Amino acid sequence: MVPTELRYTKDHEWVRVEGDEATVGITEYAAGQLGDIVFVELPEAGRKLDQFATFGVVESVKAVSDLFAPVSGEVVAGNEALAGSPELVNSDPYGDGWMIRIKVADATELDGLLDAGAYDQLTAEG
Amino acid sequence: MTGAETLGAGVHETPLRDRHEALGAKLIEFGGWRMPLQYRGILDEHRAVRERAGLFDLSHMGELFVEGSDAGRALAHALVTNPPALKLGRAQYSMLCAEDGGILDDLIVYRLAEERFLVVANAANANVVSDALVERLSGFKAVLDDRSLAMALCAVQGPRSVEIVGRLTDVDLSSLRYYAIAEGTVAGIRALVARTGYTGEDGFEIFVDNGRAGDLWETLLRVGEDAGIAPIGLGARDTLRLEAGMPLYGNELDRSTNPYEAGQGRIVKLDKPDDFVGRTALEQVERDGPKRRLVGLVMQGRGIARHGYPIHAGGQPIGTVTSGTHSPTLGEAIAMGYVAPAHAEPGTILDVEIREQRVPAEVVPLPFYRRPG
Repeated sequence: MVPTELRYTKDHEWVRVEGDEATVGITEYAAGQLGDIVFVELPEAGRKLDQFATFGVVESVKAVSDLFAPVSGEVVAGNEALAGSPELVNSDPYGDGWMIRIKVADATELDGLLDAGAYDQLTAEG
Repeated sequence: MTGAETLGAGVHETPLRDRHEALGAKLIEFGGWRMPLQYRGILDEHRAVRERAGLFDLSHMGELFVEGSDAGRALAHALVTNPPALKLGRAQYSMLCAEDGGILDDLIVYRLAEERFLVVANAANANVVSDALVERLSGFKAVLDDRSLAMALCAVQGPRSVEIVGRLTDVDLSSLRYYAIAEGTVAGIRALVARTGYTGEDGFEIFVDNGRAGDLWETLLRVGEDAGIAPIGLGARDTLRLEAGMPLYGNELDRSTNPYEAGQGRIVKLDKPDDFVGRTALEQVERDGPKRRLVGLVMQGRGIARHGYPIHAGGQPIGTVTSGTHSPTLGEAIAMGYVAPAHAEPGTILDVEIREQRVPAEVVPLPFYRRPG
């Protein structure tokens, strides 16, 4: 079971809401599918994102994958630790492997995302 | 039996499929075979080979035996190298080219006896090679025995390979040189033991009958355990060979590439006495020089260059990336690609287009990695 306090996208991003900000990363399932992650490209602070727009790229040894914003908002920070230690995404995808923090533009967008149960079902079928 | 059995519509399984699953491997389809991509992870497996030893299931490769009083001459006609010049028990890297000089496959040729050679082909091209050899051998006293589907191949690669395989074989490894082969037993199983590989490390490729592959695999894992042997998938096989500057058919080599472009002109033996398939076209390339050249690249900015990404110089597209990855040993992104000859000098700074950004890369000589000692 994935963390129940988070919300999920069909593209395997998770979002943790904390007040009017949210932290975003990719799920353990996604990190496992990608394999050893060696490079993460993240947006600069100040960048405005629309829901489901691409905000960056995650690369494993074998593959490149786009990252999609679960909610609209303005990027507050990217996880700088990932520049030197991209493997944090594999080892701690919901914690130290976080990718961006954004100021949420419209909290109602969260209602359209998957909860833990729905996401688990998605990955069980996948 | 001559000729190849036609590969059916289904995907082939190696005799070790169950063992890969039991070890938790992620399986993928490659060249018509179900193969392990990784077990513990590509970076882990890559390091295991560089530091200790790795065990590879390479049973998908093609094993084609050529025998007869003309076997050597027939192969000299079929391939760009000169197999008759091989001493007994020695091997060479070779290529099978078309009349126009385009590469159909890259291979290793082993001389097992005066009149008996083993040609090892890539899995995806085994049928093409088999068909071409049957055609090119006609008129010579030589027959092809395609045993690809009857034979298994396990490789042990890494600095501790000699120690591990040495515990299990009656072959005298101290006198088995690099690019040599010997017949003997490994773990009590009849085998051909070759000191060849695709990793840039010391190691062995061990050919056995399919039915004995399971015993061989399990024994190597068990006996090699205290030396730190690990099972290795195709993912790490690719990062290892790329660091070692070795080409991959389908990336650096293909039907529209000739050996000179790929930096392998020295294997084209234009001075061998008789005609061979592709001679006229290849003589022309040798005279004129190749129109593009394979180079090594080390990325100078953030980003990984990948197959198909364009390469620019002075704002103009002048080439394409053929393979690229993050190099676990070097800790930086490396790539190989074709560029116009004017831009192929080591030290040249080029730009690789990575998702609409231009990232600088330096041309370096191959290989990126050489094993110590």
